Amino acid sequence: MSYLADVGALARKDLLLELRARETLPAMALFVISALVVFHFALPTGSSDLAAKGLLWVAIVFTALLGLGRAFVPEREQGVMDGLVLAPCDRSAIWLGKGIAVLGFLALVEVIALPAFAVFFSGVSGRTVAGVALADVGICAVGTFVAATAAASRTQELVLPLLFLPLAIPVVIGGVGASVAAGGGRYLGFLALYDAVFAIICWASFEYVVTE
Amino acid sequence: MIRARGLGRRYGRKEVLRGIDLDLPVGGFLLVTGPNGSGKTTLLRLIVGLALPTSGELEVDVERGRIGFLSHEPLLYRQLTAIENLDLYGRLYHVPERRERIGMVLERFGLWEARNERVAAYSRGMAQRLALCRALLHEPSLLVLDEPYAALDDAGAALVDRELAERRATVVCATHDPERLDRLATLRLAFA
Repeated sequence: MSYLADVGALARKDLLLELRARETLPAMALFVISALVVFHFALPTGSSDLAAKGLLWVAIVFTALLGLGRAFVPEREQGVMDGLVLAPCDRSAIWLGKGIAVLGFLALVEVIALPAFAVFFSGVSGRTVAGVALADVGICAVGTFVAATAAASRTQELVLPLLFLPLAIPVVIGGVGASVAAGGGRYLGFLALYDAVFAIICWASFEYVVTE
Repeated sequence: MIRARGLGRRYGRKEVLRGIDLDLPVGGFLLVTGPNGSGKTTLLRLIVGLALPTSGELEVDVERGRIGFLSHEPLLYRQLTAIENLDLYGRLYHVPERRERIGMVLERFGLWEARNERVAAYSRGMAQRLALCRALLHEPSLLVLDEPYAALDDAGAALVDRELAERRATVVCATHDPERLDRLATLRLAFA
């Protein structure tokens, strides 16, 4: 219970910071809408649903990347990470609390993005929504871990996309498969497996990311 | 409480700290002095566990949650108020009767009236006072202070003097103002 209370306190702090600063969510929302508008005009008329769904996943991954780039900015700029690391809570609680906050931001943005996609392209099936939900968990688990690694580096802007995008490839494969392939259930299972495996790896190894 | 033998730390090729030996018993006061870049902060980071030694041995006989650390940075969220910052740390350190304890430290450091202001609106001296509140909130048994008088006016410095004079914790303090703390020190370490 104490672990969950620590995670809750850390996630609540991130939501409060966003409520005050209003930097990340508006940027993510504006980016995803802009990307969908650009894709709408870039995609030739009569293009397949497969191509459109692929672009949806490109928009989601890059929107998440934008949010992840901001995830550890308060800790980095204000040197707070040392304070969190010194607290007696399990250090993985820092990762989980931050991951939950990023997941919340991404889910909120997708509440706008999915209807916008339906307007610009085609309808969104239940399987696509399930794929997006499962992919979000994996994106946030891996992305938060990588963002913390990048935050400790002097070249954060470079390190984050270089590490995150290769790790997000399975998410795109699973997401597109779940959205368009016949028997998409297999792809949902693949996404769930990805979430479980990477969540366990990130949870177990986060401690080594935040100590010198 | 703290025992070091041949303690060293290097960052890449640069050797920041070498061959430190020290024994600080429970209740002791270690005063660390030296010019900028001499390794004072590195020693403090090793003691609190924010960095690991690259040579030698270091034993710090205290749990992580019983250490209070005042760093160069206040380790506070600028967009949160003083109360919100201390509440977060109080929760993470599982401070009993958290609200009362937060009120007490804020009163003690003269910040009660400014408790609902964001840290971004604080002066450097007020932020330093709040950082001291954060470091003392959980009543640590090992207090590690890096330049505690930095940015403080005379009144703020007097509060630090009072706090250290009434201390119950073991203290490690790095400072450029050794005369001020010399009477409290039980062990001195001077870097060249």
